[in-house]
Amino acid sequence: MNITLNGEHKEIASEVNVTELLNDLSLTPAKVAVERNLQIVPRSVYSKIIIQDGDRIEIVRFIGGG
Amino acid sequence: MVTVLKSSDLLAAVENPENMQVQDKPLTIAGRVFGSRLIIGTGKYKDYQQNADALTASGAEIVTVAMRRVNLSSPDEPMLVDFIDPKKVVFLPNTAGCFTGEDAVRTLRLAREAGGWSLVKLEVLSDPKHLYPDMTETMRAAEMLIKDGFDVMVYCSDDPVFARKLEDLGCVAIMPLGAPIGSGLGIQNKVNIRLIVEQTSVPVIVDAGVGTASEAAEAMELGCDAIITNTAIAEATDPIRMARAMKHAVIAGREAYLAGRMARKLYADPSSPLGGLI
Repeated sequence: MNITLNGEHKEIASEVNVTELLNDLSLTPAKVAVERNLQIVPRSVYSKIIIQDGDRIEIVRFIGGG
Repeated sequence: MVTVLKSSDLLAAVENPENMQVQDKPLTIAGRVFGSRLIIGTGKYKDYQQNADALTASGAEIVTVAMRRVNLSSPDEPMLVDFIDPKKVVFLPNTAGCFTGEDAVRTLRLAREAGGWSLVKLEVLSDPKHLYPDMTETMRAAEMLIKDGFDVMVYCSDDPVFARKLEDLGCVAIMPLGAPIGSGLGIQNKVNIRLIVEQTSVPVIVDAGVGTASEAAEAMELGCDAIITNTAIAEATDPIRMARAMKHAVIAGREAYLAGRMARKLYADPSSPLGGLI
């Protein structure tokens, strides 16, 4: 299954939810925010949202800025 | 003679407006109360540890932060939240890098999900050479964000007309630039900053342009409610010491503003009496 993750092509297994995707990427859910096809994915539903083929996923975090 | 204020003096100050100069109201933004009138950035530091140390030295209670994609190739890299705790310090997410209202809304929705708050700093920039705000797009973005439930602190030009329009839209703080972002040139248009201060009923915060402590004090002496500074601290030779200097400068400037400066005179006026000379 193919998705676009932070602007880059990525192949992942099917039937993966957002929590599992973050785990696979070694990311701590509490420290990031996730957008799926331009829609915010609330942290409370990470385990219920299954990534679909062709999804555009953005994972962001706070960094230093002015 | 040293005057020591007692609590009864403070009470008298509250009751008698003529004595108000000894009393100050805390900085209040969209109902949130802050003890410090200094807001610092988190960019350009050598590392996050230095940033955290500067924050402690500055006494600031709000830091500006940016939202960016995680680096998927190094998920273990240091994260800002590991050094500065968002539970103890208010994170003010910015929209740096956004050039349209849609970009700004998208970025700040993500920030709200990551942090769970609605207080944000809107900045819609234009030409990278001067980083002046695009005021037309800033107005549009502010409207979209307010509709979406955000409390918008808005970076803007030092134009009293736009400042008024942004306040009328419902922005919770008006944040005119003192000079271009990162320039450290100090307050270029004191007349405009003063005009904005006089006409605005929400906090006015000079955002950008402050280069050293005296310029922070100058902004506060003009009557600004707070200042934001990033580069002046991060690019000082000793950022921790400059952070401390900024803390004192903001307090000194605020006190001087409340004290009310003496009148400017064209000629000397001796401080020692001339009568009784031998």
